[in-house]
Amino acid sequence: MSKVLITIDGKGFLADSEKTVLEVARENHIYIPTLCNLEGIKPQGSCRICTCMIDGRMMTACTTPVNNGMVVVTKTDELDKLRSKIVELLFAEGNHFCPACERSGNCELQALAYLYKIMVPEFDYIFPNRDVDATHPKLILDHNRCILCKRCIRRKKEAENPTWFVFENRGNHVKINFDHELTADMDDEMAQKAMDTCPVGAIIRKEKGYDVPIGRRKYDLHPIGSDIEGKE
Amino acid sequence: MSEKQFQTPNRSHDGCGCGCSCDNSNIDAILAKYNNDRGRLMDILIELQDSEGCVGEEAIAKIAEVFNMSRVDVVQTLSFYHFFSQKYRGKYTVYLNDSAVAEMMGRDEIAKAFEEEVGCKFGSVNEDGNIGLFSTSCIGMNDQEPSAIINQRVFTKLTKEKVAKIVKGMKNGDDVEDLIGTDVQSNILLQGPILTKDTELGDAIRKAISMSPEEVIEEVKQSNLRGRGGAGFPTALKWRFCRNADGEKHYVFCNADEGEPGTFKDRVILTERPQLLFAGMTIAGYAIGSDEGILYLRYEYKFMEAQLKEVLQQLRDKNLLGKNITGKEGFDFDIRIQFGGGAYVCGEESALLESAEGKRGEPRDRPPFPVVKGYMQQPTAVNNVETFCSVAKIMHKGAKWYRSLGTLDSTGSKLVSVSGDCQRPGIYEIEWGFTVQDVLNLVGAKDVQAVQVGGPSGKCIAPNEFNRKLAYEDLATGGSIIVINNDRDLLNDIVLNFLDFFIEESCGSCVPCRAMTVQYKRKIEKILAGKGVKKDIDQMLSWEKVMHMNRCGLGQSACNPVISTIQNFRELYNSKLQKEEYVSQFDLAAAIKESCETAGRIPNLGGNHE
Amino acid sequence: MSKPIVATTSLAGCFGCHMSLLDIDERILDLFDLVEFNKSPIDDIKTFTKECDIGIIEGGCCNSENVHVLQEFRKHCKTLVVIGECAIMGGLPAMRNNVAPISECLEEAYLNCVSVQANEEKIIPNDDELPMILDKVYPCHEVVKIDYFIPGCAPRADLIWNALVALVTGNEMELPYEVLKYD
Repeated sequence: MSKVLITIDGKGFLADSEKTVLEVARENHIYIPTLCNLEGIKPQGSCRICTCMIDGRMMTACTTPVNNGMVVVTKTDELDKLRSKIVELLFAEGNHFCPACERSGNCELQALAYLYKIMVPEFDYIFPNRDVDATHPKLILDHNRCILCKRCIRRKKEAENPTWFVFENRGNHVKINFDHELTADMDDEMAQKAMDTCPVGAIIRKEKGYDVPIGRRKYDLHPIGSDIEGKE
Repeated sequence: MSEKQFQTPNRSHDGCGCGCSCDNSNIDAILAKYNNDRGRLMDILIELQDSEGCVGEEAIAKIAEVFNMSRVDVVQTLSFYHFFSQKYRGKYTVYLNDSAVAEMMGRDEIAKAFEEEVGCKFGSVNEDGNIGLFSTSCIGMNDQEPSAIINQRVFTKLTKEKVAKIVKGMKNGDDVEDLIGTDVQSNILLQGPILTKDTELGDAIRKAISMSPEEVIEEVKQSNLRGRGGAGFPTALKWRFCRNADGEKHYVFCNADEGEPGTFKDRVILTERPQLLFAGMTIAGYAIGSDEGILYLRYEYKFMEAQLKEVLQQLRDKNLLGKNITGKEGFDFDIRIQFGGGAYVCGEESALLESAEGKRGEPRDRPPFPVVKGYMQQPTAVNNVETFCSVAKIMHKGAKWYRSLGTLDSTGSKLVSVSGDCQRPGIYEIEWGFTVQDVLNLVGAKDVQAVQVGGPSGKCIAPNEFNRKLAYEDLATGGSIIVINNDRDLLNDIVLNFLDFFIEESCGSCVPCRAMTVQYKRKIEKILAGKGVKKDIDQMLSWEKVMHMNRCGLGQSACNPVISTIQNFRELYNSKLQKEEYVSQFDLAAAIKESCETAGRIPNLGGNHE
Repeated sequence: MSKPIVATTSLAGCFGCHMSLLDIDERILDLFDLVEFNKSPIDDIKTFTKECDIGIIEGGCCNSENVHVLQEFRKHCKTLVVIGECAIMGGLPAMRNNVAPISECLEEAYLNCVSVQANEEKIIPNDDELPMILDKVYPCHEVVKIDYFIPGCAPRADLIWNALVALVTGNEMELPYEVLKYD
């Protein structure tokens, strides 16, 4: 693996040429907000929240491989404002009733809203008609909360052949679905993994929940990204 | 052709996954026809949909089994495309165009006529399952609207009388071919260097292969040819990247997914000059070192299939396609046609490749670029129909000749598709550098309020800019020009229609493209309802930057209908705004209407509740 | 200088936000030093007797009465502050927005639901004294102009306190990470 020199927020770093901007930033304790990205799964760049100024252009950090001499700016007031707008759009697009959600406090969407101190979205609430699919023995699929990041779809493991989770339709009608037959024998561990893959509360395990009370959850006390940032 | 091209399928529907069990006896044959190849899923779905009127549960299960896919994975692809359906769409399926120009030309009247004659609403199938009525985005017939596709066949310039006749025929069970006479017009109203027939079959190819592939690329480079799809990337550079990329195999793709509302030039080239296009693709194959070309053709143009295949066969017969072309040892190249399933976004080159692989037409992340990893992860050059035609002419007549046309930065000519409020809608091949006013003079347009240059993703310009040049350095365009006269309500007839188009055609992947377009629509509706305020305009302008975060060109330009009209028609917007800082959209009477009806009580709007 | 006058109300909410307001503990004494209350459940003044400086709204609009009260607040208060998820985005009452249209929602609630037992005459409540139900639950800012938004379910007492202090003093609101929550 060859090394390249890149500049992130004014500091120079030596990085593996096969890594993405996001990976290199994280290794060096620079937090770039993400939503559709999850370590260990193929990045896709659909939420657009990790958009940075890369060599003067807006590009997603999660999908852009590093190049020698690349100059990256991860944080400006404008970038934060744009990222905040995407979070606001997601809140307006779905039906996000935080007080009634098992993931509240552990939710990455909510955590980003806290990070950007969003008091109210700028956008109209759409209140779309969406279903809850509770027919599976282990999982509940709550489309109201889904932000269509496709993490569940991309988390394709060896065991998952053929594909379990998919995207259906297009435009503002897209929704996730999964194959109930193929997943009928899913064990608890796999169900937990499916739930953990979801950044929000769209995939929830049945007969399990509220192990950690509201108020003591991951993002209740510490902002998202604080585990990455500041460690030298 | 002795055999009828458009036969009425024997669609029997007594109950498949869509509520009936369709006759899936042909599924095995269809799968076998495509060698049980997962990559040909699009073709399989097209054949099933066209023969059965739906892709039902049984068919999905069978495809899943043969390809070792999950059923939902089959639905994943199928549900992306407009012309595929899990629900039965009738023995005859009418797709009536709902583009802005179709609306301008009286589409609503025609829709009403269809609904009355057939006896069901758009979006549904009539009671006996015979006829289904559906809307569709621009079908490339803007110069002869209103128009519709019925079982692959196109019917143009529809009138109430024509509709009555068509519906009568459908109720009668007639073959689609016999409903009314065929009438798709090419409407070439100005011929330029590309459309002029001065190149003999094979001339361009022979010239190209007398040179080395590098020399061919160099010649194209000398011509300064840039991509005609709209983005304007230098063709020679694309080919050089592709030629230099390592791969087991290189591919040439022709992007004929002409979906930008208002363009129909590719349809006309494919009808009138297909040989020129195929010559251009063959030359590209020679230049980049490829032996396989694929013409990705939008489903809306399925009616051309037989003719195009015939032309391809003629070229093979003349050894202008196939093995050792024109006797050149080792130069093999052939072309097949890949149809889409109805998705504007597949005009984006990486989405097009995804679609051709039998997947959802979602644009890919870049890098890697298609020239490095394209179709089946192999180096692929994707070019527009018109680009390939230009290549063939450049080969035949030389780069120097080509450079003498157009402007310094935009060499050559451009086919523009003109439609809307003008006397002579059709195809005009102009040299780059013509002004918008030059075009308006050609087409006979009077009393013009606005011109939409480059379709919904382009710009809407006002008369004070009609002296601007059509050129990459000024107004770049893929060729759609829509003339809008002073009688039109720009916000309602154009902007709202375009927003609906982008909402419908977004792949749904990037957040701003999927969700912001809906917010834009709400704002425009608010303004049209007389409840808009200045803040609404400021907000819409500030959202443009968010839209630029989208991955592909469609997403990035989906706000253009709003942004360019605010920029160029600010007075029009201002005239519709209220002076107050805040105007509520809430309407109490409307909000309580239905609950009062349900509960059986009389609404009381004046009451004091405290 | 006279004290700023505050009015409060709960629309389609659960009064939890008002409970949270009381949760500022002994600071409630400071609050009464800082402001004067007018129409509010806190002092049980039922109608506006004065023009107010600050109106605090809990809950969204699910019926005609909510709309009326909200509009009255807009008329009588210089500044309107909505507190809590319900006022901001409809909150839990707005979960019914997903059971659309409203006819289906009412039929489910009063006629078809498994727990409906005693409604033999199949009546959906229709007495003229009852407020009329809206087609969906509306966030307050879609009905009238709202000046400030304080999220939470309920908003943390500290957040409400900080917001009130900021409004009364004209200083910028303190917003530490722990107090801004949506649950």
